[in-house]
Amino acid sequence: MEIKNFTIKQTQKGLKEKEFSATELVQNYYKKISEIDPVIKAYLSLTDELALAQAKIIDEKIAHNEDLGMIGGIPLAIKDNMLVKNFSCTAGSKILENYLAPYDATVVEKIKKAGGIILGKTNMDEFAMGSSTENSAYQQTKNPRDLDLVPGGSSGGSAAAVAADLCVGSFGSDTGGSIRQPASFCGVVGLKPTYGAVSRYGLMAMASSLDQIGPFAKTVEDAEILFDVIKGKDPLDSTSVEEKDSRFKIQDSRSLKIGVPKEYFAEGLNQEVKEEIEKVIKKLEKAGLKIEEISLPSTDYALAVYYIIMPAEVSSNLARYDGIRYGLSSDQAQKLEDVYRQTRGTGFGKEVRRRIMLGTYILSHGYYDAYYIKAQKVRTKITEDFKKAYEKVDLILTPTSPIKPFRFGEKSDPLAMYLSDIYTVPVNIAGLPAISIPVKPESTIGFQLIAPWFQEKSLFEVGKLYEKL
Amino acid sequence: MKGMLTIDEVKHLAKLARLELVDEELTTFQKELSSILDYFEKLKEVDIENIKPTAYALDAKNIFREDEPKEKYDEEMIATMLKQAPEKDGRHVKVKAVL
Repeated sequence: MEIKNFTIKQTQKGLKEKEFSATELVQNYYKKISEIDPVIKAYLSLTDELALAQAKIIDEKIAHNEDLGMIGGIPLAIKDNMLVKNFSCTAGSKILENYLAPYDATVVEKIKKAGGIILGKTNMDEFAMGSSTENSAYQQTKNPRDLDLVPGGSSGGSAAAVAADLCVGSFGSDTGGSIRQPASFCGVVGLKPTYGAVSRYGLMAMASSLDQIGPFAKTVEDAEILFDVIKGKDPLDSTSVEEKDSRFKIQDSRSLKIGVPKEYFAEGLNQEVKEEIEKVIKKLEKAGLKIEEISLPSTDYALAVYYIIMPAEVSSNLARYDGIRYGLSSDQAQKLEDVYRQTRGTGFGKEVRRRIMLGTYILSHGYYDAYYIKAQKVRTKITEDFKKAYEKVDLILTPTSPIKPFRFGEKSDPLAMYLSDIYTVPVNIAGLPAISIPVKPESTIGFQLIAPWFQEKSLFEVGKLYEKL
Repeated sequence: MKGMLTIDEVKHLAKLARLELVDEELTTFQKELSSILDYFEKLKEVDIENIKPTAYALDAKNIFREDEPKEKYDEEMIATMLKQAPEKDGRHVKVKAVL
């Protein structure tokens, strides 16, 4: 039987009914990767030794009629900023070209425990800084829906791997839209969970108060399964929390009220994207959901707040890459400070250096109050906007990105690139959960649903309903 | 908040951030950073009187635990980590002269 565009349940059914073995399944994916990935370039490295060993264990379980676990036998891909023990982890950067992960990230440990098979590590913008995956120091990933276009970013490799069916599902990280925007560009589902819902232990930190790990999938149901595997409190990440009970139990997703913020339909929104989102709204309304226009008045300030808080945290987090304990190290330097300067000057790419410089400026004496503290205060206002909105509505619906995927090299001005994340950053600033769903199968336009804190369940319910409409 | 950064300011930032930059990059960064800082001027219009700053999206409090060594940090892991140090002396990581 041909294994093509299988979901998690379809794959598990095939395994259980012995249509194919886990080993055959994994070999099938590697064959496809060797045929297609030289063009798409979604993967940075393959973990075939691990995958085949994992597949063997699953095959033994099948032979003994044992329970396979939530994602037993499911071939998955991991963004290359999450540690998989004894495998390379580059974060898309030359500074970590030869780095080997000494342990598993908590999400990787959970994936392994649930029987998930790890096929390889996916391409990304260097240290997750970018919106097109063009900032990878290694390769340019192409959008499988149109090879002339970028896949979005920073988790472009993980999005493209799912879109091209080079894995069943994958994982990425989202600091300002790095899961949702590439999901939208590649026509797949992408979830950014509530801040704290998933452990960040073993994820290379970019901006610690904003980073969150989440899944890419072909369907909303798959995204839900993958989220259920990785969520939960972890003693190794003190910002992670136990899933709280849903504030409301969803009886019927058709009775929910959806808010559409007028600020997200203002200047800068591509006409075709606007029309497609309006169709989504009409479809949901026709299905019985109540639609209400709302206002999130501080929206216009979110991008400025993000580009102050994020680089500040980046400049601090990336201080650890100093050429002393691991990674690239300058062999020209005679003095310690020169080791730092030369290693970091040559090992980091341009966007990373730009953000470190910006963050250093923002946090420096004399500017800290004017930029950093001010941005944190506006962050409070943005969060309060959402709180107020959720007194009236259950969910918020917006476009995921104001634009459609663009061509390679099209956004050379950093600010122009930053603007493609204008609808996703407010969600990270407030720490909310949000999902991007293609407006129709294989479309490169996605809509974003944003739920109150820890209400991922309502995203899945409305998402699954939409897919059936 | 202010306008264009000077080249000396960009050089000083690079020194603080421990980044070696070539001259050509100094001028590009001068231009790009200045334009991003200009964009932040937007925040001047926001009324932040009596608003408290938010550092984390959730009400994060200090979380304490016992400071005990975990068995998890086994010899294999230590070996993988040590192997990656560019310069070492036995189980010690070596650094260049500070002065």
